[in-house]
This record gives sequence, C-alpha cells and structure tokens, in this order.
Amino acid sequence: MGVREIQAEEITRTIRRLCIEANTILGDDVVDALKKGLEKEKSTVGKDIFRQLLENAKIAKEEGIPLCQDTGMVVVFIEMGQDIHIVGGDLNQSINEGVRQGYRDGYLRASSLDPLVRKNFGDNTPAIIHVEIVPGDQLKLTVIPKGFGGENMSRVALLTPASGMEGIKEFVLRTVEEAGANPCPPGIVGVGIGGTLEKAAILAKKSLLRPIGQRHPDPGLARLEEEFLEEINRLGVGPQGLGGTITALDLHIETYPTHIASLPVAVNLQCNCHRHKEAEL
Amino acid sequence: MIRAIMLSTPLSDQDVEKLRMGDRVLFDGVVYTARDAAHRRLVDLIKEGKELPFDLSGQVIYYVGPSPARPGHVIGSAGPTSSYRMDPSSPYLIAKGLKGMVGKGPRSQGVVDAMMKYKCVYFATVGGAGALLAKAIKKSEVIAYEDLGPEAIRRLEVEDFPAIVAQDVYGGNLYVEGVKRYAR
Ligand code: SF4
Repeated sequence: MGVREIQAEEITRTIRRLCIEANTILGDDVVDALKKGLEKEKSTVGKDIFRQLLENAKIAKEEGIPLCQDTGMVVVFIEMGQDIHIVGGDLNQSINEGVRQGYRDGYLRASSLDPLVRKNFGDNTPAIIHVEIVPGDQLKLTVIPKGFGGENMSRVALLTPASGMEGIKEFVLRTVEEAGANPCPPGIVGVGIGGTLEKAAILAKKSLLRPIGQRHPDPGLARLEEEFLEEINRLGVGPQGLGGTITALDLHIETYPTHIASLPVAVNLQCNCHRHKEAEL
Repeated sequence: MIRAIMLSTPLSDQDVEKLRMGDRVLFDGVVYTARDAAHRRLVDLIKEGKELPFDLSGQVIYYVGPSPARPGHVIGSAGPTSSYRMDPSSPYLIAKGLKGMVGKGPRSQGVVDAMMKYKCVYFATVGGAGALLAKAIKKSEVIAYEDLGPEAIRRLEVEDFPAIVAQDVYGGNLYVEGVKRYAR
C-alpha cells in the first residue's frame, strides 16, 4: 500500500471551519435531547430553561453567533492512518493555525493564556491535541471547544480495587452533585474507568463524543450507563442547578484495562452547550 | 410558561421586595456589566472612599464577558459567567445601593446576608443561552476599564431580557429549595 499525502494547508482549513461550526451549530442529537428533556422535565423553571436553550440553538445557527460566549479551549482528537504523510507543514502548527483563523474569523472569544502569568494570548491557541495512529490512510479530525464551567467541576479518583462498582457509582454521583449549577446542566457526563491517571481522563473526554442516546456495545456497560443516568437525574439538581428532574441528557462510560493495584475513575462534565464537529480527510 | 414580571431599571426597594425565588422576570432599561477584575477595582475605590465610574444606587450588574461582536451586531454571545467569583466583592457594592445581580450559580452566605440587609436580589440567566440573551441587548457601550477587554464595564440597554429570581431578599434560595423539591 502506498503513502497518501495530505497538505498541511488542508488541515488548517478544515480545523478553521470545524471551530466555527462547532461553536455556532448544535448537533442534531443535542437538539433532540433538549426537545425530549423539555417534554420530560417536571419543573416549570426547568422547562423554561429548556425552551431558552432550544431557542438559543436556533438563533446561533441562523445568525452565526456563538451558542455560548465561553467558546472554550479547543480540544482536537485525531485519528491518523499510518499510511499518511503530511506535507507542506507540521501537524501541530497546521492545527493551531486553523484554531487561530477560526477564532478570529468566527468572532469567537479567545480564552487561552499562560497558567501562571495569566495574560490572554488573544488567539485561543494552543489547542489540546490527542493523536492516535490507526491502520489505513484516512485522517479523522474532531474538534471540541470545551467550556470550563464543566471542566472545572470534572474529577479523577484513583480508587482502591476494593471500592468496586459501589465506589465508582458513589464517586460519579458525588461529582455531579457537588458540581451543581456550575457545569450549566443539563449536560453530558463522561466516565472513564481504568488505565492510568491520564488514560482515565482521556477516556472520559472521548466518551462525550458518542452520540446522545447511543449505548455502549457491551451490554453490561450499557446497563450501567442507564443505571448511573437514572440515579443522577434523581439528584434533583435539574436545569442550571435550579432544581428539576433532568440533570444530565446522557451518560457515557468507556473502560480500559488497569493495574491490579488500582481502579482509576475520571468524570468529565460537559455542559448543555455540547459542541463537537468532525471531518474526515 | 410561568408569568413574567416586568422590571424596569433602576430598581427600588419595593421592586425587589415583591420578588420571590422562582419568579421569571424580563428586564427593561440599563444594566451594567462587570466581572472579577472590574469588581476588584470597584471595591478598591469604595474602600478608598473614591468616586465610582457609575452610581450604584438602584442599579443591576450582569456578570458577563461577551464574545466579540460581528460587524453590524450590538454585542457577541452574552450569557452569564459563574457568580461565586464575585462573592468577596459583592457585599461592598450592595452596601452602596446595588439592587440586582445577574449571573449563574449560587452565592455565598456573606452575599446572602448583605442581600437581606440592604435589599438586593440575585437573578440567574441561562448559561449556554448567550445567543438568545444577546438578542435582548439593544445597545452596548464600554464606560470604564477598557484595558480589561471582555472584562471592561459596559452600559447595556436591554429589552425583555429574561432572568429567573434565584435568591430573594428573604433568604429564599432556589438552588437549595428547587433541588430539594426534585430530589428523590
Ligand atoms: S459551562 Fe458551557 S454553557 Fe456554561 S458558560 Fe461554560 S461553555 Fe457556556
């Protein structure tokens, strides 16, 4: 099999477009979940919030205004076929250039800065880039502008193996309850179980990308997702933390083998503004 | 749909006394924006006994750092930011006559005490509804601290700007009561 060449320029153009689209067009699965939420929610205040979110998605799409003023820090997941050769530039630079152009041309808010100096860089770079090398010659790019209301409330725990399923459940529920209004519920709860410290966190983030309503292919994990989701929605946190029967639109779990001595669990909270866009080159 | 109470700014004590947690309101008039950095500067001025860039009495402050406006637009996306970061500053502003605060997420006991003592209400707008909220903003003008960029103080003119009474002057707190009502 030959090597397929991809121009760095094309990556930049694609990332630019994905940044703008993700920030202004809410996915169909999220819109559908909000519509269902509006029907199911029992609180009148909560229903009003669902209506506003649906109207917001319409306005943002029609007028090209960001869904939320916090246009996030850009996380990019890349699945890169091992038969690809990128020419005319380097992968990281071409991605960051795409972010720079997208945030400038889309009138998106820049939020990235040095963690200690804390002076805004002004162009929302650098992106957080996760690359996975896979067989084949396709390049899949996924852009997630991640808001920090949810990110700040996300947690990782290295539980003891003896904590078992009960320990995991307790940790997930406690994280959502303590987060309360801050991650702008109703959102998506991503749970990563296993691996190492960073693997659990990446699993949790990646699980957010699965379409809402789609269960894990493993029947045991699928049941667990349903059970956790139901218990979360019994907490009463509700839309915007003001009380209600829908706190999360969905919950996804991903797992990975871990060490005999540990049970890592990460919970990545995503807000109602569940933005992500994919493209394949 | 819950009935909406129309509120024209500036607000009086009577205006805020009739509000209860869970009420839906629509603002008309002027609302000021300020976030963490602007709050710290305002508090420094109050502590030094100096004049503020605008008179706080009866006013409403909205915690927002909007996205850049597209050409031809008044403002970019303009939803609320988390209010707890303003908790250390708010009591100083409330003592100077501030009648309303607009943001997202619950407030500290220190803020609640000041709200009850001086009559000030805390409103929640919907985090994630920045495009919708921007539509209710008809005019926007930076009046102080331009160097703070999206954190500068702006004077907004709003029409039918939707918010929910989250914490009232009687200590009512929808973040607590609302959740209790639906916890099973
Ligand atoms: S948590 Fe999400 S919806 Fe809330 S302000 Fe941040 S980006 Fe917007």
